[in-house]
Amino acid sequence: MMSSRRQFIRTGLVGSLLLSFSGWLNAAGARALSDSERALLGAVGQAMLDGVLPDDVGQRQRLLQQTVDGIAVEVAGLSLATQRELGQLFGLLVSTPGRIALAGVSRPWGEASREEVQHFLQAWRDSRLALFQTAYAALHDLTFGAWYARSDSWEAIGYPGPPQGVF
Amino acid sequence: MQDPIRRGLASGWQHVDASSLTRSQSVDADVVIVGTGAGGGVSADILSAAGLRVILVEEGPLLSSSDFKMREADAYPQLYQESASRKTADKAINILQGRCVGGSTTVNWTSSFRTPPEVFAFWQQRFGLHELSAVSMSSWFAVMEHKLWVRAWETPPNRNNDLLAIGSERLGIASAAIKRNVKACWNLGYCGMGCPTNAKQSMLVTTIPAALARGAVLYTRLRAQRLQFVGGRITALECLALRPDGLRTAGKKVTLRARHFVIAAGAIGSPALLMRSGVPDPYRLLGKRTFLHPVLISSGLMPERVDGYAGAPQSVFTDHFLHQAAIDGALGFKIEAAPLHPVLFATTLQGFGQAHARLMREFTQAHVLLALLRDGFHPDSQGGQVVLAGDGLPVLDYPLTPLIWEAARRALLAMAELQFAAGARWVSPVHEMSTGYASWAEARRGIAELPLKPLLCRVVSAHVMGGCGMADAPQRGVVDHRGRHFWLDNLSVVDGSVFPTSLGVNPQLSIYGLAARNASVLAAQLSGRPPPVIP
Repeated sequence: MMSSRRQFIRTGLVGSLLLSFSGWLNAAGARALSDSERALLGAVGQAMLDGVLPDDVGQRQRLLQQTVDGIAVEVAGLSLATQRELGQLFGLLVSTPGRIALAGVSRPWGEASREEVQHFLQAWRDSRLALFQTAYAALHDLTFGAWYARSDSWEAIGYPGPPQGVF
Repeated sequence: MQDPIRRGLASGWQHVDASSLTRSQSVDADVVIVGTGAGGGVSADILSAAGLRVILVEEGPLLSSSDFKMREADAYPQLYQESASRKTADKAINILQGRCVGGSTTVNWTSSFRTPPEVFAFWQQRFGLHELSAVSMSSWFAVMEHKLWVRAWETPPNRNNDLLAIGSERLGIASAAIKRNVKACWNLGYCGMGCPTNAKQSMLVTTIPAALARGAVLYTRLRAQRLQFVGGRITALECLALRPDGLRTAGKKVTLRARHFVIAAGAIGSPALLMRSGVPDPYRLLGKRTFLHPVLISSGLMPERVDGYAGAPQSVFTDHFLHQAAIDGALGFKIEAAPLHPVLFATTLQGFGQAHARLMREFTQAHVLLALLRDGFHPDSQGGQVVLAGDGLPVLDYPLTPLIWEAARRALLAMAELQFAAGARWVSPVHEMSTGYASWAEARRGIAELPLKPLLCRVVSAHVMGGCGMADAPQRGVVDHRGRHFWLDNLSVVDGSVFPTSLGVNPQLSIYGLAARNASVLAAQLSGRPPPVIP
């Protein structure tokens, strides 16, 4: 029963409600994220990284942009099948019906409040549907992976970085 | 720091990066080996030493100590399957597997254990593998231990591991030191990102250089696509060159012909290649009984600095919980420590926002234990199944059953108790609904009630085994005790996929020992030299 419901969500929502994402991958592999995808991932980053982002708005924006850049690099290293799935997920979320009906976020991603986005993330994290749980997990891993890959995030957690010296 | 790979290449070793091929080609050899990890590396060494012309096929890149910068952002995409985020079909288990020359041996944490005697006894009893025992295998293990410098690690454990010893002692549980395959180890703690000092005696710096020095040819960025066979014999292996991204095919083919084919592509890759090739499988055993040692994770915070990123990643273990029931009873588990680095820790840790940030701020005081469940012995522990996706690439479907969750709960309890005994001020299972506990009493109550389900409770794996299991007859296995395929004369499987169950120990030495034995038998047959004396 669980799997037929999941199957319904997958084919019903992701399949028909949404666009064709065949354009996700270009010949070279990592296609650049679209502006709307960048806005989505920036909003997710702002919510996920609450507590580590600086208060200064300019710095914050710069770091979020770097995190989104890092996510694009991470995605390009995943299997093609996973890249397609992520393309579908991002496509779902940047579409207005997907954002409103599935994420419950009323305003465009670039204007959504941190609390509103956190509410969406928490709802998917707590969801009984595996599709939403795995989508949350993907956003979680991509965001924190991109953030803590950068050496300027390490001071805040006391990590000195790899040993320096003659190797 | 000398880089033995770059030095060897400069001296004329034959390495072909298939992503740079300008046209398709066809090559002949005595033996083609698919995969360069524990099984492929040992096979290449032994077969080339017998004077056989060997070709090695590796899907990943050739990288070496000069490339190993100890940075997660580089290491995971370069050296691991799917950037270290390979998942099972339902995405509930994250699998760490190497994908580079040396395979998982290039990125493993050096823990070295012989196959336990009770595992051999189970294989004899259930799979008719009477030729394999702790005694009959002991000389093969000894040879590989000697060759790969597997020995007691005399340096004191890092704090992260020492806390496991301390907790065990306070609870009256036996723990012991882990042997490691290192030579002049600097105790840096970055084994998982490729050893920058060539101390780890992985296949990358031992058997593969030995084979290349004897004229073996190494292809990288080359995907073994399909075995062609006529009657009972493999005639050729068709391979597809990959682009430099390692993901897409480049449109060039490499056709490899040989007298014998050794498959050592790991417990997901090997069955997948045989399935893509449509080799005979009348009893539908290929890709079945794939085991993972499903791993539960418990993170604690200590009052003192732990610095889990520094020092040998695994040097202490306890098997106390492996021996609480019969081997085919409720699942037992091995407990070890886990190295901590920012990306792996942050992505594994549950939650987000302020709660996640709070835990990360205490990164240097974090202490992490792992429990590896011993799957494949209980009658209801059938493991997972490798299936081919639409693109022909494998996916492992591994259902997390009530039997596993029952053991998972015991494992989370055991780890929390050990961590509190070692002085933890806070412990939490890695679980989406746990906010952690401040005492053992609190943890005991809390963990007893945690709902344990896929995607809620984090499960990972670094040990993929099975899928081409060995047995005494084709009704029970894909290959025999020598790794020889039951239906195709000149086909062997020499890697962790031949294990008919999991092992209950980190698998590298089990693969080295069996590969040494089976490659030696094969080398004698193919070269016409006298066979090795097998006890």
